[in-house]
Amino acid sequence: MTFRHRHLLGIEPLHPAEITELLDLAQHYAEATRRGEKHGTALEGLTQVNMFFENSTRTQASFEIAGKRLGADVMNMAMQASSLKKGETLIDTALTLNAMRPDLLVVRHPHSGAVNLLAEKVNCAVLNAGDGRHEHPTQALLDALTIRRAKGRLHRLTVVICGDIAHSRVARSNLILLGKMENRVRLVGPPTLMPAEVAELGVEVTDDMAEGLRDADVVMMLRLQKERMDGAFIPSEREYYHRFGLDAEKLRHARPDAIVMHPGPMNRGVEIDGTLADDINRSVIQEQVEMGVAVRMAAMDLLARNLRADA
Amino acid sequence: MDATLFTDARLIDPVSGTERRGDLRVVDGRIAEPGPAATRIDCRGRCLAPGIVDIGVKVGEPGERHKESFRTAGEAAARGGVTTIIVRPDTIPVIDAPELLEQARGRAAEARVRVRHMAALTRGRAGREMVEIGFLRDAGAVAFTDGTHVVRDTRILSRCLTYARSLGALVIGHPQDPGLSAGAVITSGKFASLRGLPGVSPLAERLGVERDLALAGATGVAYHLDQITCAASLPALRRAKAEGLDVTAGTSIHHLTLNVLDVADYRTFFKVTPPLREEADRLATVEALADGTIDVISSMHTPQDEESKRLPFEEAAPGAVGLETLLPAAMRLVHSGHLDLPTLWRALSLNPARRLGLEGGTLDVGAPADLVLFDPDAPFVLDRWKLASKSKNTPFDGARMEGRVIGTWVGGMRVWDREAAHA
Repeated sequence: MTFRHRHLLGIEPLHPAEITELLDLAQHYAEATRRGEKHGTALEGLTQVNMFFENSTRTQASFEIAGKRLGADVMNMAMQASSLKKGETLIDTALTLNAMRPDLLVVRHPHSGAVNLLAEKVNCAVLNAGDGRHEHPTQALLDALTIRRAKGRLHRLTVVICGDIAHSRVARSNLILLGKMENRVRLVGPPTLMPAEVAELGVEVTDDMAEGLRDADVVMMLRLQKERMDGAFIPSEREYYHRFGLDAEKLRHARPDAIVMHPGPMNRGVEIDGTLADDINRSVIQEQVEMGVAVRMAAMDLLARNLRADA
Repeated sequence: MDATLFTDARLIDPVSGTERRGDLRVVDGRIAEPGPAATRIDCRGRCLAPGIVDIGVKVGEPGERHKESFRTAGEAAARGGVTTIIVRPDTIPVIDAPELLEQARGRAAEARVRVRHMAALTRGRAGREMVEIGFLRDAGAVAFTDGTHVVRDTRILSRCLTYARSLGALVIGHPQDPGLSAGAVITSGKFASLRGLPGVSPLAERLGVERDLALAGATGVAYHLDQITCAASLPALRRAKAEGLDVTAGTSIHHLTLNVLDVADYRTFFKVTPPLREEADRLATVEALADGTIDVISSMHTPQDEESKRLPFEEAAPGAVGLETLLPAAMRLVHSGHLDLPTLWRALSLNPARRLGLEGGTLDVGAPADLVLFDPDAPFVLDRWKLASKSKNTPFDGARMEGRVIGTWVGGMRVWDREAAHA
């Protein structure tokens, strides 16, 4: 086995061979699920706790289904409602939970680096389900698997990521992963939503959709948060849609077989045209959700194997 | 008459900018002409220099004595060769009235080193009404500063500076555009983008410097910029000095010796205000110190307890303790060849003393015998749990350092004796 990590905190620490191994296993699980095999045993006897300090319906559900399909005992903790309101610190919460001896801890937190901090304090395997603007590794992995299935490869592709890059952990994890796998990554969006000096990360940057989409194999749209539409970052929703919203017209600049992706949840009519999002010939948005479960099964399986090997 | 002779010392004289091997005589707490002495201290060729004068030390009194008291800050200072600490007014409550300053002065008697006090420039550091600058000066305030709370309203700042000018009071500003730096916890750039942390560009400091220097020029006030940390801030500062404005600038030891990459995986002990900069900015700051554009090095000693640092980076409190590590960290600049010892001692001792109108910072006859004896090459590995400060938030934990304080004297009284402490 190639994958050697105790935790999955981000894409940054992963070697390309580890990414490939994880995707291969996820592919296996995707096929098994399609065949109707939904009762695996890889996580049997293990306790998985989902700790979400930030609301998320879909990611939490995806991790829960992934754990259950592999036989784990899964518990969900809505952290906003509990200890934080009582003034408990993140580390105390982690230590309390650690004393209950979980094996897999899935964590989402609004602050960058919070999941790394937590991972230092617990004995179990930690999966980052999104920390601040930092990383969202399982999202990048499910995107990679979706691309690989649609394009037949995960290298030498031109991938365009469009929208609010500055506040997006999805964009960060994706650009790191796609770079590691030797793809050409292009970021498109208004300069107010670009991170500082992002071009130094080995990506192309533009604020022109037509130019950005040229020859793209993959077009990844990002969600624009409602609170950023009020004039602080962009003048208005309608001007944003006019310049950066993806519709069939703009997509014409991409390659004819380009696929359209979105991590969800979508704002139809803000960053993406509703008809395009539903076009089964171009949009792989539903497949992304399906691959999400498979990738999370694979990630937890690999981490559990390392846990057992260490025990 | 109580006379002590320090023999065989490598004497560091920042006034003449030279060093020489020789003896130094102290009589009744002051440096004296050569002559007889009852007590002799053999320095064995190690460095003897004026004690460090550290502008901008945070002591947790009043309000946060669990983080640092005058007693523990004084102990840390003595061990670090710091003989005068200039304490900040950003306490709880803020030192913004003469009565509060008098209380703080009473508590400061517990420190083993000299303590001088700064007062806030505006009430509550809120940037709206000026404090009683005259009464506070009479009560002993050596400078006026709102610290990192930048006075946003330019009209209010302008009036404060004009009024301070009429009293000859020194004002210390924190150059930073408050809009650009709002919410930022790190210097923006490739590293900040990778870590997903909200960043601030060096432009914010430059805008702060340019605004403050324009107002200082217009009002004629004596103005000191607390921390210059970016190359972009330097042209305006050099111009202002060339024009003869009464302005000086400081920087922090952390910005001279560390850079943004030291934050690594969200290490909160490296979260300081302003944030650590890119390496190019660090080098530009070191060069500006060497050529005299930057006048003063401070520890910016900011004690924080474990709880306020054991948090996600964005939530963690900023600041680092520095009194005990100031000298060995500063020796890195000497060992790297950027500065010689007399030049370093201007920034650590002579310049801050002169700027505040204090005695000290020299080895001249008649000066107070505030002295530090140190071995510039003694290597050690820093262990934060051995620091005298109540708070242990140093970015140098586990760091290899060279330069160790052997002894510290304040007014001729020995306040630190490393050999006795480790005998």
